[in-house]
Amino acid sequence: MIDVDIEQHLGDFLLQVKFRANAPVVGVFGRSGAGKSSLVNAIAGVTTPRRGHVRVNGETLFDSARRINLSPPARRVGYVFQDSLLFPHLSVNANLKYGHRLRTKATHFIAPERVIDVLGLGALLQRRPDTLSGGERQRVAIGRALLAQPRILLLDEPLAALDVPRRTEILDYVERLHGEFGIPIIYVSHSVPEITRLADAVVVVSDGRCLAVGDVDEIMGRLDLKPYTGRYEAGAVIGTTVIAHDAGDQLTTLGFAGGELIVPRLDAGLGARVRARIRARDVSLAVQRPTGISILNVLAGRVTAISDESGSVVDIQVAVGDITLTARITQRSRAALDIHVHQAVFALVKAVSFDHRSTGYA
Amino acid sequence: MHGLTPEEVGIILLSLRVATVSVLFSLPLAIAVAYVLARGEFVGKTLLDALIHLPLVLPPVVVGFALLVLFGKRGPIGSVLDHWFGIVFAFRWTGAALASAIMGFPLMVRAIRLSIDAIDTRLETAASTLGASRTWIFASITVPLALPGIVTGVLLSFARGLGEFGATITFVSNIPGETETLPLAIYTFTQVPGADAQALRLSVIAVVLSVLALVASEWLAPRRARKVAHDRR
Repeated sequence: MIDVDIEQHLGDFLLQVKFRANAPVVGVFGRSGAGKSSLVNAIAGVTTPRRGHVRVNGETLFDSARRINLSPPARRVGYVFQDSLLFPHLSVNANLKYGHRLRTKATHFIAPERVIDVLGLGALLQRRPDTLSGGERQRVAIGRALLAQPRILLLDEPLAALDVPRRTEILDYVERLHGEFGIPIIYVSHSVPEITRLADAVVVVSDGRCLAVGDVDEIMGRLDLKPYTGRYEAGAVIGTTVIAHDAGDQLTTLGFAGGELIVPRLDAGLGARVRARIRARDVSLAVQRPTGISILNVLAGRVTAISDESGSVVDIQVAVGDITLTARITQRSRAALDIHVHQAVFALVKAVSFDHRSTGYA
Repeated sequence: MHGLTPEEVGIILLSLRVATVSVLFSLPLAIAVAYVLARGEFVGKTLLDALIHLPLVLPPVVVGFALLVLFGKRGPIGSVLDHWFGIVFAFRWTGAALASAIMGFPLMVRAIRLSIDAIDTRLETAASTLGASRTWIFASITVPLALPGIVTGVLLSFARGLGEFGATITFVSNIPGETETLPLAIYTFTQVPGADAQALRLSVIAVVLSVLALVASEWLAPRRARKVAHDRR
């Protein structure tokens, strides 16, 4: 449980964020300059808000009313910075152990061997930070933060300084962290794919304020948040379960309450929980069940909302069973088909529009 | 040139001892002052900065005279030190070390301060979130990362100590075997008719020592500096 309510002036910028989230991985989402890093600094105790409180799992780290303000060392917040900030004069091993040896034995619950194993650091231990690649550095930084035995892990845009292949590599590791070590994670990012892949709950921050808090599916599907979650990236995130693999065609069937989705074969066992992201621009609509088309996923649903946009495109929300998809179509198509709220429609999603980045373990 | 005479060996050893002691005692203070100047925000910072740089711009004789007034047997500081701790600077080799330390202090502080300024303070922030106290951060992060500047500062101050003349001769005079360091001995020989050869021998020794100190600093400091600069990318 993360409970934050802070107010802080930073020059002309007013940071005023209030949210509660109870989820294994909480995504803090917002554009650059939205106040994400300021928020994270306040949680870690690097800066002190003017008023408010910060609580993690019932422990009060900061409370202006009760005059509580734990120092950064006492907060036990594992802070992973954008650019790693490894200590350049120490080996990887010494970096990893830096925080570990400063904590009393009683607080130890994460063992070095496990961290080295999970993050694949065994071959790097004797190396110097300047000989590591960006991805390796970030793994060491995550390991160093974990070994300081934190009560919460704070990842501030950990992929920002990396090139695209490295990002996927780190994401794979980050995805496993909560399951392996069981500590809550706050993941800060401006990237919708990263947030939807990792986070269970999302806090949307803009202009120093918290715009919305909620489950990742709900937040990413909300049309009113589209200016923040982004035009290009708009879409829906749905929780699914692997129900079948088709070895011959290399396809996987994902089930959810009210329907099924066929996607390119996933490397996950039957029954595994998988989160699928469906981008609005990958969804087409038909008013009758189409025949003679290549699209594998044809989902019957009902229109629940239409964005009132005056441009050439319009976003249409379609409820399919328990989930809501967003379809982005042109105004012309909407007019031609006369699509309106409550209308029964078919949402068409090409199986190939799912890629590695749009599916991930839930 | 053949072997060194016992007098020459005595002069060299005294010079090395004066310079070494002056560096050893001023180093901790120089690190502290450099840290305060690099990181601190306080009233009188400019004044402290100016005060520390004073020996660099004042005529050394003035510094020596000030030391004589303050640390002399009847000076306000000298008398107290003598009375309570039995420490005497005036006309002792310790006084020569004190003069060297003060003349070399601004060089040492400057070099260390530049190094501390170059450290990314976020590394210290990172250390604090990992559980390190301020003292431990200073010892485990700040000082090791400032090492290139510390090495440079030590060598500059050491070299300055070996060459110190004006403040030393004013403060502790020129007493053979006690305060007669290399520069003072050279000066003495130049004042004696027909002793040019001895002056020349000592001058060559001074050149050798200075070159050695320079080589040492070239060898130590840039390697470390390169390393840290590289690491920080």
